Amino acid sequence: MTLALQDLGEYISAALPQEVLSTDVKLDELTVTVRRETIVKVMKFLRDDTNCLFKLFSDVCGVDYPEREERFEVVYHLLSMTHNNRVRIKLSTDEDTPVPSIVSVYNAANWFEREAWDMYGIMFADHPDLRRILTDYGFEGFPLRKDFPLTGHVELRYDDERKRVVYEPVKLTQDFRDFDFLSPWEGAKSILPGDEKAEEEA
Amino acid sequence: MPQNEIKNYHLNFGPQHPSAHGVLRLVVEMDGEQVERCDPHIGLLHRGTEKLMEYKTYHQSIPYFDRMDYMSPQNQEHGFVLAIEKLGNIEVPERGQYIRVLFSELGRIINHTFGISAMAMDVGGMTPFLWFFEERELLLEFFERVCGARMHLAYYRPGGVAFDLPDGMLEDIMAWADRFPQVMEDVGGLLTENRIFKQRCVDIGGISPEDALDWGFTGPCLRAAGVPWDLRKAQPYDVYDKMDFDVVVGSTGDCYDRYLVRMMEMTESLKIIKQCCEQMPGGAWKNETGKFASPKRSDMKNSMESLIHHFKAYTEGMKIPAGETYTCVEAPKGEFGVYLISDGTNMPYRCKVRAPAFAHLQGMDKITKGHMLADLVANLGSLDIVFGEVDR
Repeated sequence: MTLALQDLGEYISAALPQEVLSTDVKLDELTVTVRRETIVKVMKFLRDDTNCLFKLFSDVCGVDYPEREERFEVVYHLLSMTHNNRVRIKLSTDEDTPVPSIVSVYNAANWFEREAWDMYGIMFADHPDLRRILTDYGFEGFPLRKDFPLTGHVELRYDDERKRVVYEPVKLTQDFRDFDFLSPWEGAKSILPGDEKAEEEA
Repeated sequence: MPQNEIKNYHLNFGPQHPSAHGVLRLVVEMDGEQVERCDPHIGLLHRGTEKLMEYKTYHQSIPYFDRMDYMSPQNQEHGFVLAIEKLGNIEVPERGQYIRVLFSELGRIINHTFGISAMAMDVGGMTPFLWFFEERELLLEFFERVCGARMHLAYYRPGGVAFDLPDGMLEDIMAWADRFPQVMEDVGGLLTENRIFKQRCVDIGGISPEDALDWGFTGPCLRAAGVPWDLRKAQPYDVYDKMDFDVVVGSTGDCYDRYLVRMMEMTESLKIIKQCCEQMPGGAWKNETGKFASPKRSDMKNSMESLIHHFKAYTEGMKIPAGETYTCVEAPKGEFGVYLISDGTNMPYRCKVRAPAFAHLQGMDKITKGHMLADLVANLGSLDIVFGEVDR
């Protein structure tokens, strides 16, 4: 399986030398990293070439790496039923640079790209209908970004006086608890409330 | 005579409509009684599961998967634990694999009984709902017996399952599996040749194999269109490669075919269930190294090592080596994929869930165009949408 995938990866990068940046097989899964501007051409090739025939589009999603210069990775998953294998296509982008939409190649990508826009703020150029999809009407911010707080910014309740649902800034009755379990034996990094006074006295 | 220009009008369907299957809002553009365009507004059940999972250990994330497609909870868990096992290179004892396959197939049956009966109810038949729900209840009792929860099992674990099967369970499942075909026959007798049901379903919402692939259809919806594709056969996981069953394929991809495919898939599932019960091996049901699944309670009372493993498992959780995987299972609704990225810590860096119903609902516009408004409801029912997984 791994060998066949390596061959396929080499075949793809040989056929698209300008477009493909690298190929990699790990855990029996083939990852192809491509240049952002060429994604539509790559997708067309993967769908129609007889050695690929990735007819079924599985998934598009964004991944956020805030420390990178181009912080978002867009990850596509395709499935070929004829050859019974899968491929993962990756490209990177930042907050301002749009990624060419592949809706013209796979209709199924439409909502998945909308979701990536909604969750990460990744822009897709030439998308027929790039609206928010999962979040509320009038929502602000991109919730799956790593710098978006887990609790969000607003909460809503029904206001009996105004007879409608109102939005308010989030009020936490209890501090958000983020346990540091990664180093329980070396001692947690978080300081217990009151501990800083002990330092001062000493 | 001056011609009057007739304008299309917009109809708002749901989110509180009883046949909206929960919280779907459809904005339908209509030309008279005909649907011109159908724009589903989803996200009313969005809970940010993917974000929450980034703040939970792998173990704590398992229950979220029950709440995705709450009609077949264990199948979603199956996808998640397989992804963790692949990244962590975790071995699963054979008994654990058999139990998981057995319960995934039971999950397929509870899903299809619900899917079929809800679809029948959408087009006006009440009785299948009552008859199938009686059987569903018996299955939920099996789930309760094995893990204490009727619907949200949280039973699968990376490395196996949480508990062993209780005594006498397999015999009871066998007895049920012998009796169930009669119920299927009764319901089939009500629906399959029913004139009204056929009028509502035959040639409604048909889709060609090419279009079905283009729109990302998977599972029964794809097979009904005539594409013989089943991940249990093509890319078998756990012990599916040892099971003898057939892939059910339709021809026209309309609502009626989708119904027939689901109905016959239940027969195939019964075959797998019986094989699992007969071949069920003994031995361990979860990985016994203690590094991934928590050790047995009896061991914890006697072995210091086990106690440490237990403490580590429930505070820190397991660390999964850095890497990424897209692992998918044939859930009752289609290909349920989990794209899991680990950065080597005890929490997922990113966990994207590819829900089959998300793609199916997207195809609503395609299969509903040109049909009557009443057919829209039949289409929606036949796609078997559950909003837990569409909105996540």
